[in-house]
Amino acid sequence: MNGTLIRELRGVLGADRVLTGATELVLYARDASNISGSTSVVCLPTSTAEVQECVRAAVRHGVPFVARGSGTGLAGGAVPLDGAVVIALTKMNQVLSVDVENRMAWVEPGVLNLDLTRFTAPEGLHFAPDPSSQQSCSIGGNVANNSGGPHCLADGVTNSHILALEVVLPDGSVTVLGGEDPEPTGYDLRGVFVGSEGMLGITTKVCVRLTQNPPAVRTLLMDFSSVDDGANTVSAIIAGGILPAALEMMDRLCIQAVEAFVHAGLPLDAAAVLLVEVTGLPVGLDADVRRVIEIGREHGARSVRVAQDEAERLLLWKGRKSAFGAIARIKPNYYLHDTVVPRRRLTEVLAKVYEIAERHELLVLNVFHAGDGNLHPLLVFDRREPGTMERVHRAGEEIVAVSVAVGGVLSGEHGIGLEKRDYMSLMFGPDDLEAQALLRRAFDPLALANPMKVLPSPASCGDVHSVPEGAWI
Amino acid sequence: MDLTAFAESVGASDPVTVSGAGTRGGPMPDARCVAAPSGIVEFEPAEMTVRCGAGTTVNELLSTLAEAGQSLALPAGGTVGGALACGRSDVYRLGRGPVRDTLLQARYVGAQGQVVKAGGQTVKNVSGFDLCRLLVGSFGTLGFLGEVILRTRPRPAVSRWFATTDADPFALLGSLYRPASLLWDGETTWVCLEGHAEDVEAQAGSVSGAREVHGPPTLPVGSRRSVAPTSLRSLTGTFVAEIGVGVVHHGEPTPTGTAVSTEVRLLHGQIKGLFDPTGRLNPGLDVLDVLGTTGGMS
Repeated sequence: MNGTLIRELRGVLGADRVLTGATELVLYARDASNISGSTSVVCLPTSTAEVQECVRAAVRHGVPFVARGSGTGLAGGAVPLDGAVVIALTKMNQVLSVDVENRMAWVEPGVLNLDLTRFTAPEGLHFAPDPSSQQSCSIGGNVANNSGGPHCLADGVTNSHILALEVVLPDGSVTVLGGEDPEPTGYDLRGVFVGSEGMLGITTKVCVRLTQNPPAVRTLLMDFSSVDDGANTVSAIIAGGILPAALEMMDRLCIQAVEAFVHAGLPLDAAAVLLVEVTGLPVGLDADVRRVIEIGREHGARSVRVAQDEAERLLLWKGRKSAFGAIARIKPNYYLHDTVVPRRRLTEVLAKVYEIAERHELLVLNVFHAGDGNLHPLLVFDRREPGTMERVHRAGEEIVAVSVAVGGVLSGEHGIGLEKRDYMSLMFGPDDLEAQALLRRAFDPLALANPMKVLPSPASCGDVHSVPEGAWI
Repeated sequence: MDLTAFAESVGASDPVTVSGAGTRGGPMPDARCVAAPSGIVEFEPAEMTVRCGAGTTVNELLSTLAEAGQSLALPAGGTVGGALACGRSDVYRLGRGPVRDTLLQARYVGAQGQVVKAGGQTVKNVSGFDLCRLLVGSFGTLGFLGEVILRTRPRPAVSRWFATTDADPFALLGSLYRPASLLWDGETTWVCLEGHAEDVEAQAGSVSGAREVHGPPTLPVGSRRSVAPTSLRSLTGTFVAEIGVGVVHHGEPTPTGTAVSTEVRLLHGQIKGLFDPTGRLNPGLDVLDVLGTTGGMS
C-alpha cells in the first residue's frame, strides 16, 4: 500500500538506508516494553535534511511516523502502530561541539548517554541524567522521555539539562527551540518538547548542559532488618536538609538476586539496603556523611559500609545497576513498573505493593530511587505458566492505582507511551487532558507524529482492545 | 478565596487581566482585573515541596520555608504567580537553577473559566505533556495561575559574597565548585559561595584578591538581556553580567532579545489561538515582544 512512499524514501536515503525486510520490520516494531506494533518501512537518516525529507514524504502520503533512538523505552513510546514509518536516529551519533568553559555541548540525537559522559570526562564534566540503560540509550531518547536516573535526585531530570533543540516539526519544517542563552524570548517550547514522547516532532540536534564533576564522592551502604526502617531513613535524611547525589533502595529478594550475580558482599539477611552517595567539597561532604550515618542508626541501620576506594564504590553501584540482569536467575520474565509517590508515603505504598503481589501469587522485587519516591516494583514470573499474564496485568494495574491514590503520579521516568495511556484519566480530568491535547494540536494538527500515544482518545477510553497485545492496561 | 471563586472571577467571556503585587509590570490596561488566591496551603519539609496560592508573596513563602531550613529558586519580591508568569530568575541562577525548574504542579484558570491541572505533585513526574513548562514565562497569556506546588531546596549552612578585581571571572567559573552566583562588570568580579563554613572559607581563599562584601552589586536597570554565555567576554558599556548563565543587566535601554524564527512565531500563534481563541487573557500582551525589565503582569 505504501509502494510510492517507499520509493520516495529510497530516493532520499538510497536503498541501503530504507529497510523493508520482514525480519527488520519485526525488530523495529517494538521497543524494550512487552508491546509490539507494526511498521511498513524503517528509515535511517544521517542528517537533519534527510529527517526532514522523510517526514515530508510521510506527511504527503498521510502516513504516521515514529522517531526512534536505541529502542530502550519501557512504555511502548517508540512502538509503531498500523504500519507507521519508523525514523531511526541511530546513525546520527556525532558529538558536534563541546564548550568546556560554559559547560555545554551540541550533540546529535543518536549519541549514547554514557558515551557523552565518557567523551567529556577528560574535561571534568559529565551529562547528569543517568538512566539505568545509560550504556545503550540515546540522548534523543532521553529528550523524548525526559529520562531520570539515580543521580537526578540532586541535579534534576533531563529537562534541567537541555538548553536547546533543533527539531523537525510535524509539518516538515526545521527550527531551534530554546537557545544557548538562558531566557529565550517567548514560551518555553524547549521545555514542553522535552518529554513529549515524539508527538511534537523529531529532535535532530541537542544542546545539553554539562555538569562539573564533584571534587569528592562518598558512597555508603546501610542495611536494615525491615523495609520500613529503610524507608523512614530516606524521609529523615531529606527532612534533615540533606540532598544526597543519589539515594537508592533494594529489598531482600533483590539483594539476594544481585549478590548472586555480582558478589559485592551485600548482606543476604537484610530486609532492605540503602545506597547513599554524597558529593561535594570535603568538609561539607564529611558532615553530610556523618549525619546520614547518624540518621541511619537512629532508624535501625544494622551496619554501615563506606566504600573505601573507587573499586569498591563501583562494585556497590554495579550491584544497583545490574539488578535487572540478575533477575533472570529467579524467573525468565519480568515486568518493571515505574510510579512516584510522595516520599513520606513510601512505607505505606511498599506494604501495599507486597500485599498486591502476594494476592496475585507473584514475586515482587523492589529496586528504586527512594530519594525522590520513584518506585520500581519488578514483578518476576514465567509467562509459560497458564494465567500468569492476567495476574501480572492486574497486579500492575493495582500498583499504579495505589500510587496515584496517595497523591503519586503514573510515571517518574519511563513515560506514558502506550503502556499507561488509558490510565491518564486516573491522574487528569477531561479539562486537564484537553489542555494537553491542545498543545499537541498546536504542534501537529494532522496528528501524524507518533499518534495514539500518551493521550487517551475519548473513543478509546475503557477500550482495552485498542492497545496491542502485551500491554498490561 | 479558593480556586473555584477565582475561576468564577475570571469568567469565560470578557477581556480579563491578572495582577499580583504589581512589581513586574502590573495588569494590562482595558481589561477587568482579577487577583489569584493567596496563602500557603500545605508545606511538608520532608517532601521538599510547598503548595500555595499564586497570589502569595514570594517573601512570605521564603520566610515560612526558612523556618524549616529550606528555600526555593524564585526571585524575592512580588507574588509567586508573578515570578512564575515572568519566568525570570535572580542572580543566584548559576547555583540554584532557573525558575522554570521550580514548578511541579499548577492549577490554572483557562480562557473558558475552567480550572486545569498541569503536572504532578511529586518531585519527579513524566506523566503526559509538561504544561507547567508552557506556563512559566507565558505572562498569563494561556491561563492564570491559581494554585501551585513548588520544589524547595535545603538552605545552605553559609552563604557569603566576595568581590575581587584581581581574578578572571571565566577562570573562576572553571575553578570554583558550584558557586551560587558569579557576576562581572568588566572590572570587578562578585562571587557568592554557599555550603559548609570551612568549604566556603577555603574556596574564597582560592580567589585572588577576594574581600568579603555584603551582597551583589546594584544591577543596572536599563535592560535585562539574555545572551549566549560565550558572548559575555565582548560586552561593552555599563553592565553586570551573570557569568556561566548569560543574563546581562545593562545600563542601556536597548534590549536585545533572541531572534525568533518564523516557525517558532507560528507555533506561538497556534498555541495562543488554541488556548485562548478569543484573546481575552491579558489582551494586548505579546510574549514575543516582552523585553527588558518590564513584564505584563505580576
